Amino acid sequence: MALAKRVIPCLDVDHGKVVKGINFLQLKHAGDPAEMAKRYSDDGADELVFLDITASHEKRDIMRQYVECVAKAINIPFTVGGGIRNVSDARNVLCSGADKVSVNTAAVENPKLITELSDVFGRQCIVVAIDVKRNLTLAEGKVTVQTEQGPVWFEVTTYGGRKNTGIDAIAWALQAEKLGAGEFLVTSMDKDGTESGFDIELTRAISECVHVPVIASGGAGLPEHFVNVLTTGKADAALAASVFHYNKYPMPIVKNYLCKAGVTIRQ
Amino acid sequence: MVKAVIFDYGVGNLLGLKCALERVGFDVSVGILGQDLVQADAIVLPGVGSFTFAVQKLGCVKEVIRTKVVEGVSLLGICLGLQLFFEESAEGPGDGLALFEGKVVRLHGDLKIPHMGWNTLNLVKPCALFDGINRGDYVYFVHSLYPVPLDGSVVCAETTYGATFTSAVVDKNVYGLQFHPEKSGDVGLQILQNFAKVVKR
Repeated sequence: MALAKRVIPCLDVDHGKVVKGINFLQLKHAGDPAEMAKRYSDDGADELVFLDITASHEKRDIMRQYVECVAKAINIPFTVGGGIRNVSDARNVLCSGADKVSVNTAAVENPKLITELSDVFGRQCIVVAIDVKRNLTLAEGKVTVQTEQGPVWFEVTTYGGRKNTGIDAIAWALQAEKLGAGEFLVTSMDKDGTESGFDIELTRAISECVHVPVIASGGAGLPEHFVNVLTTGKADAALAASVFHYNKYPMPIVKNYLCKAGVTIRQ
Repeated sequence: MVKAVIFDYGVGNLLGLKCALERVGFDVSVGILGQDLVQADAIVLPGVGSFTFAVQKLGCVKEVIRTKVVEGVSLLGICLGLQLFFEESAEGPGDGLALFEGKVVRLHGDLKIPHMGWNTLNLVKPCALFDGINRGDYVYFVHSLYPVPLDGSVVCAETTYGATFTSAVVDKNVYGLQFHPEKSGDVGLQILQNFAKVVKR
């Protein structure tokens, strides 16, 4: 027996409602986060991630309310990300019942934030999310990785993939780990939404260079994609949204498939 | 109704633990062990924060906890809470509760640290907390250190991550879990239900 690989559904939340294409039986398009969380938890999800996409000043209260509802409904760990820019934002979410917070753009723009958060709450609470695009224009000082597309380097993007930063994702991961990151959530912006499989080379490159767990994200479409990223990709966990939301491959089916493929998972 | 008081070191999330204890029938208060301690049937030391910080926060309450344990109040330590049962920790300076002889050491080896995620229990000694729990059941861990008791007979479960380490200890009415039962799904809930049963006795 060993530490199990984790399978993590991701839910986008806007004004306290789950938005991204929900097609769960009788659930309406805008699902209730606690209800969705409970369902996934009962289905065998190992953990949940909520990304808050609300952009407004009343955000804090909305966030606090739904985080509290989710915390009361489930007894598996969950992470909340989106709009966490300082210790006070993080405390707000953690004290409402979240187990971890995830930071992305705010950490790239202010790397010290990672240290501040990890000093106060412990590094196990701090997930650094990195949105990555492959860059085919090789440049000095960037880590070149061989892929089926030829040599590429992995570039950090911010603002949901809208801004290219010119920062090497591997270098950033190493720096963030030193600063106090407890886990990485690595999303391939090239693969996100394609359902054509995770970016295996990206995931493996990050996972091999850091000493904290890596969650792979972006591209899940089939159960075998989970196997690939958790074995060849060396990910510790795999995150997906639409595969689970549309009930195309419910959690038990993905987990059964992983089990048959010899991947250690919790059933 | 059985009363449990969760000691609040002042950092992080205690809501999940509070909800889980309420779910299994406890009347829960969260605080720094003041007046609520008088009527407590159980004291819970939760698993958020660091050893040194928690030891400072415990301060003079340490003696009160020891007295309560002698009086028969059940004590449950979760993760860091369990580590506080020991004499010292590699995490930082400070004296633990010394309810168990031994110290807390760091996980090491070519492993990802923290040990984060679901791992299995190998039950090595019968314990009321594990009634209905089977060898190989998964529970949720998040930690970088683990306890090494001098007296091996207190160990009731072990877990393997690189090396095999102690994941649960028991001595009379003192129960320590290196994992988080409040985050361990149905298995965790069963363990907390068992805890509620032993407290009621």
